[in-house]
Amino acid sequence: MNTEPLLEVREISKSFGGIQALAEVSFQIFPGDIFGIIGPNGSGKTTMVNCITGFIRVNSGHVLFKGRDITNRPPHKIADLGVTRTFQIMRPYYSLPAYKNLVIPLFSPRARRTGGWRGGGKLGDRDTVAIDILEEIGFERDSQVPYKMASTLPTGYLKRMELARCLALRPELILCDEVFSGLSMSEIASMIPLLERLQMEGITLIMIEHRLKELFRVANRVMVLNFGQKLAEGLPEAVMADEKVKEAYLGSEDLSDYV
Amino acid sequence: MAPADVRRERLDRGIKVRTSGIYAITGWKEITYLVIPRLVLIVGLLLLPLVVTNLYWQRVISIVAIYALLALSFDFLTHFVGLVSLGGAFFVGVGGYLAALLNTQFGFSPLFSIPLATIGGAVFCTLVIMPCLPLRGVYFSIVTLMYPLLAARIIEALNIFGGTEGILGVAGFPNRWVEQYSLIVIILLALFGLRRFVNMDIGLVFRAIKDNDQAVKASGLSITFYKTIAVFISSGLACLAGAYLVHIYMWAGISTLALDFSIIPIAATVIGGGGTLVGPVLGSLILVPISELLRAFGTLRIVFYALILMAFIVFRSEGLMVYGQRKYHQFEKWIKV
Repeated sequence: MNTEPLLEVREISKSFGGIQALAEVSFQIFPGDIFGIIGPNGSGKTTMVNCITGFIRVNSGHVLFKGRDITNRPPHKIADLGVTRTFQIMRPYYSLPAYKNLVIPLFSPRARRTGGWRGGGKLGDRDTVAIDILEEIGFERDSQVPYKMASTLPTGYLKRMELARCLALRPELILCDEVFSGLSMSEIASMIPLLERLQMEGITLIMIEHRLKELFRVANRVMVLNFGQKLAEGLPEAVMADEKVKEAYLGSEDLSDYV
Repeated sequence: MAPADVRRERLDRGIKVRTSGIYAITGWKEITYLVIPRLVLIVGLLLLPLVVTNLYWQRVISIVAIYALLALSFDFLTHFVGLVSLGGAFFVGVGGYLAALLNTQFGFSPLFSIPLATIGGAVFCTLVIMPCLPLRGVYFSIVTLMYPLLAARIIEALNIFGGTEGILGVAGFPNRWVEQYSLIVIILLALFGLRRFVNMDIGLVFRAIKDNDQAVKASGLSITFYKTIAVFISSGLACLAGAYLVHIYMWAGISTLALDFSIIPIAATVIGGGGTLVGPVLGSLILVPISELLRAFGTLRIVFYALILMAFIVFRSEGLMVYGQRKYHQFEKWIKV
């Protein structure tokens, strides 16, 4: 690809006390990518998302979005640029109905700026937009589901709402932190077309995932992290063939003996 | 005890229309069903100064109203923004001293000194609370508790604003009607205004900050900015109460920074039902007169006061208003099994 990278991470390091969560990790993402970040538990995947989106400060290194340095900027400023994220542990506003959950991102400066007529001004306008977005991501419009309290919704809907919150901001980049985890096979199957559609709409995705099979269906490039180190990067098949990756995932024994 | 062959059936009236957020106004019956509780409150409050003839209890009405404003301010900040502030007394003190200074030093009449003290006090309080806004939960509570204690000691030690004597000779209200009715109108405006406000889009942002501030950050909104606005609104209400207090007593002193102004509104909110906004007003209406009645017990007053509070917390911890609202929407009847 000869285009400018949308997001560039340069030698990011982060340590919590004595634990090196990320050690000089670098990568680039280009517009239209679905970029997977995989790795065993505790390998620093979520820390990576937190560092990019400003939720935790990096010790060293730089994050560049469209060539602009966004390292250690406050999370809301980064979200304002169009770099949005979902949370691995869902963070809905439990005391509000599902559609009112989306009024909050729609109220943000970015949504008001980019939304045009969809931004709305008067009371109630944002509700309509919120229902539209919920319908887009698979809430049944004519049912009671969008009006239900977030605290009564099942996991599948809450995971979708995480995505909906990002979409309400009209993002350029979404960092999905394990959107498939906790979902049943059929729920995952219905999520995949959704992600593909987002890609077609021109949104770049970074996906952190443990469900490799499903991830490889959508991702065009993946990166493997282990103990904060970058092990490999490239096409899914090539990466999984890598010896170091196999070792990290399956242990140090040569598994060919057992197969 | 229920007879063996019947059981109690409970129906939730209109729960579907309520959760959908739209009231179905289908006839005068539905309309009265919705309007009656609001009307009872409004008419009841407006009649209060007319009904009470005893001079002593007339003064209690004003005090109730002041505590109601404080409780509203506390309920808004606690249950809609998630900032549990124990610094209510600080807001009262700032509003009170400011009104007293404006009145005695600059000769503003209460008509001007009260609004000026409200706005000015809110700006001042917001500015000094701002450094604490990144704090959450109990840390914010403890830090805000320090403000009134600190302010009282500073005034005492530096002997400013009249020191321990306070500021004397503050103008009073022309008559009790002006005093009480302006307070009651302010309470009604604040109550219904806040109730509308928390359901507007910006109000939802506040409630979202209470629910999950990380998600609000991820939504591209600065939580510090919205917390600042919330503190401004809340401290403004409390400064207003403080300014009224000073003009009613015609005196501003260190006791306007007393912890009573932090604690009693919290107790009123607990009794009335937090998060309802009406509850705290009702709580003040109950708690402050009880406190006056208990004066008959002399030094044992606080013991009975504490017992009443404990009984409420143990047996009706959700608060009267939450309980009342639920019961109002329910039918109960006995049916044969």
